[in-house]
Amino acid sequence: MVKSRRTKAGDIGIAAICLLLMIICLLPMLNVLARSLSSSQAIIRNEVLLWPKGWNLEAYKFVLTDSKYTWSLAWTAILTVICTFVSMVMTTLCAYPLIYRDLKGRRLFNTLILFTMYFNAGTIPHYLLYKDLGLLNHPLVLIIPNSLSVFYMIIMRTFFYSIPDSLRESAEIDGAGPIRILFSIYLPLSKPVLATLSLFYAVGRWNGFSDALMYMNNRTYHPIQLLLYNILNAITSIEIQTQEGFASAPGLSDTIQAATVMFATVPILLVYPWLQKYFISGATLGALKD
Amino acid sequence: MKRSSAINRKRIANYLRKYWTLYLMLSIPLAYFVVFRYIPMTYVQIAFKKYSIVKSPWEMPWADNNGFEYFIKAFRNLDFLYALRNTLLLNFLDLVLGFPAPIILALLLNELPFPRFKRLTQSVAYLPHFLSWIIIAGLAKQLFAPTNGMINIALNRLGFESVPFLNDPVHWVFTYVFLGIWRNVGWNTIIYLAALTNINPELYEASAIDGANRWQNIRYITLPGLRPTIITLLILALGQILSSEFDRPFALTNPLVNSVSQVISIFVYRYGIRGLQFSLTTAVGLFQSLICVIFLMAANALAKRFGERGIW
Repeated sequence: MVKSRRTKAGDIGIAAICLLLMIICLLPMLNVLARSLSSSQAIIRNEVLLWPKGWNLEAYKFVLTDSKYTWSLAWTAILTVICTFVSMVMTTLCAYPLIYRDLKGRRLFNTLILFTMYFNAGTIPHYLLYKDLGLLNHPLVLIIPNSLSVFYMIIMRTFFYSIPDSLRESAEIDGAGPIRILFSIYLPLSKPVLATLSLFYAVGRWNGFSDALMYMNNRTYHPIQLLLYNILNAITSIEIQTQEGFASAPGLSDTIQAATVMFATVPILLVYPWLQKYFISGATLGALKD
Repeated sequence: MKRSSAINRKRIANYLRKYWTLYLMLSIPLAYFVVFRYIPMTYVQIAFKKYSIVKSPWEMPWADNNGFEYFIKAFRNLDFLYALRNTLLLNFLDLVLGFPAPIILALLLNELPFPRFKRLTQSVAYLPHFLSWIIIAGLAKQLFAPTNGMINIALNRLGFESVPFLNDPVHWVFTYVFLGIWRNVGWNTIIYLAALTNINPELYEASAIDGANRWQNIRYITLPGLRPTIITLLILALGQILSSEFDRPFALTNPLVNSVSQVISIFVYRYGIRGLQFSLTTAVGLFQSLICVIFLMAANALAKRFGERGIW
């Protein structure tokens, strides 16, 4: 099939639009990277676009030597690992039993679980419940209340369904119980979806801050995003000093803001290329089921 | 009679021996749903009662006006009315401008004939979805800064005036919508691209024989193939018309644009968690949840009426 000249021109036009879109996606990050590596004088003189001017690493040194910031990074990393593990255990515990078609009460459980997707009690009832449970200002409030996503559970269950029942039945004939079958058949065959959902949970926790804002007053346990919010919204460097304990040199604030943004972005940028192929398959799976 | 019940008991015993571990596993997530999703629903009655810190929701006294005191108060509260308007406005613009964006991008990607370049575009376009709203707000603040942000420097050098992207209510609304599209357009194409792979390639072969051009292909094959997916997502989007995200407006707002950026979720946070007006904000939350469910059901019923599959 020979393409007409007009079709070819169209192809190139579409490619050009895609290139432009890619640039729009990356531009803000490149700009902030350039600012974080520039001297603050160059920023004030409007010289920094996409390439650093007056190259220096002061802002990064500054952020890295601030104990509040490094502690927050470490705490968020720990929290993310714990949350991802707890969430994956919970999601598996929920998804796996529900694939047994002859499990009594399965329909009722399904309905109970799905209903929570459509009706939500709202922020305040949750807040008051945590208060009554003594979870308020306790680190567990950042882990337990959102440890299970119905949507991700459905994705995992859909993946489990795609594993043929005959595999399970033959294992049952050999005398294997449900737990044994889970560990020796289902989990090993489900690595892509396990990787995808772990990534989704991890990104969700790394990026999340509203639960900490609402339910956690103890600043020690604030995740990195909330610290970042406070830094970004402190208008002058003096406010940064008083609010977050930064001993900031005046004039550095623009580059420091840029550097803190880069610090919270980099972990995502680092894992992103490696996990891409998994999460696209996972998201597609969720989409097809719908 | 006796024998059959004995057989039954044996069958039940067998069933339980085989499946008790499954119930044990399921009991943990079910307990989670009961405690963290269903018990909060019993707290919803606070919307109709006078909140008291020492009593359980069941024991609190009923509010005035047959319990509807706080709903009346909410609708007499100017801050709430603004929040309601802003929520509707921002969600409406998100729907009108944001909903078609991933469809257009998916069509573009689908027409792109260079596979490696297509994959690269996808990878780059998915990336913003993984950034938090705080980070995006940080990026936007630097990029759109009125004096030394890159966009305004570029505009000035081209001879235009600076634009107050984040510091003026009208501009802020469109920046807000644009940033939403920027973050999610790539990610949202995944669903459409998956649906496109289900279109029978023979249709394109046949249309090539008939000499159809690109637009005719899109119009008569690709878009009809996407129709069920579009309808499903449209139902879900309509169901969200009164829902309000918290992270996005909270991260992007600033004191200059409070008149358009204060949405219901922020109202609840400010009046409830910071202001401790629990009955009022529970009433607002309940109102919002109910409207969402009603809209979802109405959109679903409407889709079914027009012969579509619907979401349940």
